[in-house]
Amino acid sequence: MTKITFITSDNESITVEGHSGSVMQLAVQHGIKGIDGDCGGVCSCATCHVHVAEDYFEKTGQAGDIEKDMLEFEDNVSEFSRLSCQLEINDSLDGLVLTVAK
Amino acid sequence: MSESQTINQVCIIIGASHAGVNCAFALRKEGWEGQILVYDADPQLPYHRPPLSKGYLVSNEGFERNLLMPPEAYDRQRIILKLGTRVKSINRTIKSITLEDHSIQKYDKLILATGARPFIPAIPGIDQANNLFPMRTAQDALDIRNTFERIKTKRVLVIGGGYIGLETAASLRKLGAEVTLLERENRLLARVTAPEMSEYFRQLHTEKGVQIFTNKNVTAIQSKGEYNKVICDDQSIFKADMIVIGVGIRVNKALAEEAGLTVENGIKVDASARTSDQDIFAIGDCTYHFNPHYNCFLRLESVQNAVDQAKVAAAAISGKNPVYNTIPWFWSDQYDVKLQMVGLSNGYNQTIIRKEEGEGNRFSVWYFKDHTLLAVDAINNPKAYVLGTKFIKNQQKIDKSKLVDSSVAFKPQNLLVLQG
Ligand SMILES: Cc1cc2nc3c(=O)[nH]c(=O)nc-3n(C[C@H](O)[C@H](O)[C@H](O)COP(=O)(O)OP(=O)(O)OC[C@H]3O[C@@H](n4cnc5c(N)ncnc54)[C@H](O)[C@@H]3O)c2cc1C
Ligand code: FES
Repeated sequence: MTKITFITSDNESITVEGHSGSVMQLAVQHGIKGIDGDCGGVCSCATCHVHVAEDYFEKTGQAGDIEKDMLEFEDNVSEFSRLSCQLEINDSLDGLVLTVAK
Repeated sequence: MSESQTINQVCIIIGASHAGVNCAFALRKEGWEGQILVYDADPQLPYHRPPLSKGYLVSNEGFERNLLMPPEAYDRQRIILKLGTRVKSINRTIKSITLEDHSIQKYDKLILATGARPFIPAIPGIDQANNLFPMRTAQDALDIRNTFERIKTKRVLVIGGGYIGLETAASLRKLGAEVTLLERENRLLARVTAPEMSEYFRQLHTEKGVQIFTNKNVTAIQSKGEYNKVICDDQSIFKADMIVIGVGIRVNKALAEEAGLTVENGIKVDASARTSDQDIFAIGDCTYHFNPHYNCFLRLESVQNAVDQAKVAAAAISGKNPVYNTIPWFWSDQYDVKLQMVGLSNGYNQTIIRKEEGEGNRFSVWYFKDHTLLAVDAINNPKAYVLGTKFIKNQQKIDKSKLVDSSVAFKPQNLLVLQG
């Protein structure tokens, strides 16, 4: 099981566990506010935007090309922005902390 | 409405797909405490439809990844799914619905998320055709996949050159089918895009080995035992071992009509997704609603519309006064090409095509009515899509001469007409 913590815009911190699928799916399943995943995870909607806590950015890695283009003009984009549908859950992400983008 | 007021109430949702399921969860987020019952004739746990014609058809990943929500999520939110159950009628006087087994369930609030069904044209012989399928449900996709694996010769005929037809053609091609696609109009995607986009997709599919024929109106289908003979009005004949039909949809509006709700091109709703009955809402593909940005009534077939209206209805039921005001968006994946669309191009009088320099075929079509940007279609070009969305939302003026010039970098400040 991989533990992932989401910090929402209300500053609520919610830790959930998952073992497969994408981080977006996990968030949607647990009703994390601000993560909608409207396109089902095909990098087409940017409704799953999160900021990765700096210490973990090495583990998640950089955004892919399409993802980068989707993010570039997003409001509130940061150097640690990712689309959470592009993050696959695996053991190495255990303890990951994500702030849901506004 | 406070939570304590809703605790003894029942909200019934008819249709457990993108609109209905999202609305059920949104109701909980809004604080609805009462019962939520979601009915669907489809026995499958609710799933994403877009992948059916795309990834699902070609992947072996199984259905689980395709579910809108895992089963536990419904339990956690106390959302009761009544799957494989068709709702037969609505009685507005006593506020109840009747199921096929004649049982009755009362509601305080009712949400119609009945969506649409595939349109099957009355072509002579269509009922006797072999291996003919629409593409709307998980079962359809499964049938197509299983049949494809079973048939010895794999000549597939797709009738209809819209997104669903094209995506299905691409997926079956990936599986190794011999695919022919017939379109009645003189170009693909005629109803929804500019001729340049139609031409792009014609070339793409032709390069990938799909045989595309336009101006083909199918007039008869003859079943020949193992295969079908498909005959067009110009007397051309195509042989097909399997036929996929993708010629549009019909809205599921009978329940609403029989209940005496106002129905036009779909179930008519106001800005809060409310029908002509105070306690009945309608959301998703089945609605005919007003779009403030484009100042017109319309019906949309998209996940965006289903999800956004679901949230609006949930907020309205929870006593808020939401206004449905969004810019429509849509996507389509074919082969390794990503198409993203934003806005409504209806009524455009000019298109500007911007081709990006560098590798890959990346371009975008910008639809204008005079100086107003109406819509953008972006091919492998998310930046164009994202910027287009912003420009449309903010009603910004664009310098067309810069837009068309791909040496001008894609940045808002480069493309906007400076307001002095
Ligand atoms: C193959 C395919 C690919 C698509 N690709 C895309 C895409 O890439 N992007 C995009 O944005 N959109 C896409 N769409 C469109 C998108 O799937 C629809 O807009 C969306 O499903 C609409 O959701 P809905 O809940 O309003 O209606 P529907 O999904 O049509 O669901 C309505 C549900 O109501 C049920 N129902 C109806 N009447 C009754 C009754 N009397 N009793 C019980 N149940 C009833 C039906 O069984 C159905 O499950 C695609 C659609 C298909 C079929
Ligand atoms: S879910 Fe749509 S981009 Fe991530």
